[in-house]
Amino acid sequence: MTDTAHLEAHATGHDSAHDYHTPTGWRRWVYSTNHKDIGVMYLWFAVFTGIIGGLLSGVMRMELQEPGIQIFRGLADMIYGVDGNVALDAGKHMYNVFTSAHALIMVFFVVMPATMGGFANYFAPLMIGAPDTAFPRINNIAFWLLPPAFILLLMSLFFEGTGPGALGFGGGWTIYPPLSTTGHPGPAMDFAILSLHVAGVSSVLGAINLITTIFNMRAPGMTLHKMPLFAWSVLVTAFLLLLALPVLAGAITMLLTDRNFGTAFFKPSEGGDPVLFQHLFWFFGHPEVYIMILPGFGIVSHIVSTFSRKPIFGYMAMAYAMVAIGFVGFIVWAHHMYTTGLSLDVQRYFVAATMAIAVPTGVKIFSWIATMWGGSITFKSPMLWAVGFIFLFTVGGVTGVVLANAGADRALHDTYYVVAHFHYVLSLGAVFSIFAAWYYWYPKMFGYMYNETLAAAHFWIMFVGVNLIFFPQHFLGLAGMPRRYIDYPDAFGFFNRISSVGYYITFVAIAIFFYATWEAFKKKRSAGDSPWGDGATTLEWTLSSPPPFHQFTTLPKIDSTNAH
Amino acid sequence: MVTGQFLRKMGASAAAAMALAPALAMAQGAAVEQTGHSMPDQFHLQRSVTPIMDSIVSFHDGILIWTISLIVLFVLGLLLWIAFRFNAKSNPKPASFTHNTLVEIVWTVLPIVILIVIAIPSFGVLSDQLTVPDGERKYLGSNIFSFGEVDVPAPELTIKAAGQQWYWDYQYVDQNVEFTSLLMQDAERLEKKPNQPRLLAVDNELVVPVNTTVRLQITADPMGVIHAFAVPSFGIKIDAVPGRLNETWFNARETGIFYGQCSELCGKDHAFMPIAVRVVTKEEFAAYMAAFEGGDYAAANATLAAVQ
Repeated sequence: MTDTAHLEAHATGHDSAHDYHTPTGWRRWVYSTNHKDIGVMYLWFAVFTGIIGGLLSGVMRMELQEPGIQIFRGLADMIYGVDGNVALDAGKHMYNVFTSAHALIMVFFVVMPATMGGFANYFAPLMIGAPDTAFPRINNIAFWLLPPAFILLLMSLFFEGTGPGALGFGGGWTIYPPLSTTGHPGPAMDFAILSLHVAGVSSVLGAINLITTIFNMRAPGMTLHKMPLFAWSVLVTAFLLLLALPVLAGAITMLLTDRNFGTAFFKPSEGGDPVLFQHLFWFFGHPEVYIMILPGFGIVSHIVSTFSRKPIFGYMAMAYAMVAIGFVGFIVWAHHMYTTGLSLDVQRYFVAATMAIAVPTGVKIFSWIATMWGGSITFKSPMLWAVGFIFLFTVGGVTGVVLANAGADRALHDTYYVVAHFHYVLSLGAVFSIFAAWYYWYPKMFGYMYNETLAAAHFWIMFVGVNLIFFPQHFLGLAGMPRRYIDYPDAFGFFNRISSVGYYITFVAIAIFFYATWEAFKKKRSAGDSPWGDGATTLEWTLSSPPPFHQFTTLPKIDSTNAH
Repeated sequence: MVTGQFLRKMGASAAAAMALAPALAMAQGAAVEQTGHSMPDQFHLQRSVTPIMDSIVSFHDGILIWTISLIVLFVLGLLLWIAFRFNAKSNPKPASFTHNTLVEIVWTVLPIVILIVIAIPSFGVLSDQLTVPDGERKYLGSNIFSFGEVDVPAPELTIKAAGQQWYWDYQYVDQNVEFTSLLMQDAERLEKKPNQPRLLAVDNELVVPVNTTVRLQITADPMGVIHAFAVPSFGIKIDAVPGRLNETWFNARETGIFYGQCSELCGKDHAFMPIAVRVVTKEEFAAYMAAFEGGDYAAANATLAAVQ
């Protein structure tokens, strides 16, 4: 008996007897090296942090519902036990703390864990026919670094920020110095920096794991050019993480030493340059926004194809459009800095480079439409979210073209137009793709089918809600309302009121989401292995729902006709 | 050849659209007095009083808004048509095509053409903003497809604005006189300047002469944080960075008070350090400056009609 035969016999024996060492209880999760369990933990983590990030924005929308300062004064009174003008000042600072925490939580602790942590971990190995990821223990530590990182960020809210009685960091997610150095002498900012360091290490480890997995563990016959588009999107995103996050880590380390150890990288009084930080930050920050949206591109491709019962249109162009977007994402960073005093030539370059992004993005939008064209489409809830994504991402994309023009950006920079733009591509784009993936893969991950009516109601109510929140903000921005304002001239009252009403509608939609999730677990309707029919062709649908603890003990073979 | 026709066609439709743009702006503006701040429920750019803002308004209202609206409507139309025509009931048997070289070339090349059409005026608008007039150079103004037809004189006045936490310091550089401008608290505003808007009214407006090119030097407290100086009606916005001297310019053609607000997060009172520029006639400015240079800021302000 050869070694191989022995191993196979051994493996088969395990398979039939189901006696491989499946850990149980808390050990299954805390010690987990299983990509699916880790993926599910990432998802629940993102759900939990999403509640906090979403509630923070709710308080902000309540404050902005009417001109004047209503909510935060009382909130500061309640939390800090101060009153009068002290409460007013504390409330103003607290508003800035809320905007900063909302953004940092949504970016680093909701969207990234959900897409690259949750869905990428769970489904990229399944789609490429791999038994697990390449570095299961790295996968474990990458996840378990996130809760401490999040706790550090929450702790930052309760430490001194700008001075006595002003707790937390209120300098925005962009953490520009000098506001983040001399402007916030208290330890709150140090906690935020450490939180980002830990979250960054987590993401880089996750990226290394996914890149190695995708390059080395594809099933026999699955060349890169046969790999499902979601795996492509994860591969490109992982490279962006690997190249961008170290730059952020360097920049925030310099912030840390400027704050605590007497260096002067960004201190103008000692020869440093605050604008240097902005270059470093946006060299990370612009790829970061593509990190948030690219996995969504992959997800939407599969959903559109599945529910149209038609293969993806222009597969190669779709894959390389993502590569192109990822590459160009690294050379457009200073379009976030048109008002910093960049020279004319520099601004001209960044205008041209930024507008170029519209071309591969257009290819993707039109290819999704062409995938649907001629299809036999069922509008189940994942498809609703995917089509909603395509439309809303188009809206967010075209306002991006407006902002790319430095000449027009002069009027719109740092106004609510920018807030509307990036919420259309992220809060509506990325988050819609996350919900699309949730409803698409929910039966696969948990084995249960949710109530379709509830899922559709979640979609329609949320679609109305988020558009009511963010569409009027274009008008506010055009009329000149600056971002990050706790109070605004009375002329901006009308659209702010509509925006706040939109939040309450969205809140109802999110409540339906939680109810639908709970209801599916309670009713335990069996989903079956492949609930979406013959349009779903990727490998995860060949497995049981939920998949076995270890899948593909015999690797699937991809023959030449087996298309993506 | 095709591109040339397309460009002409785009040019023609852009020109037609630009004719509509002022109508759009006037739809709200006509009923109200001419102001230097946002009107209630305003949904478009603020009223322009400089050649630079003229070009921004033309660029946005004339080209950008139409292009992006048509693209969004086109995508929406396709999605609705797909939902109607290719749902499982209407089209039970799906097609299986995955490529169409012609449409793929079209949807790659056509966006490039549209972007180029946008880029041509875009670079013109941008170049105008970042080029301080020398008296010779001609500026685009409203006609962004021209090669420049608006004369702008060389700067006659230089003002330095420094962002503080949380107010603005202004200095007339050549005259070497300076003052501070703070938000007027609401009780005081209702008493002294009841017609000026809440959160925009200040104690001391920055006074400049009409039809005069003003060079602005923007910085911030060297030990402070970054702010941004913005006046929407002038089409200017530039960061006030500690340790740097940023430069921009404007030439306002109307008298009145034009408001802006700090546009870079600077701490708890970021929303409470407005910018108010009072444009007066050249004669009024001469009298104002003569008194100010005489060393009496109160007397200088007294030369002007009181702000109501």
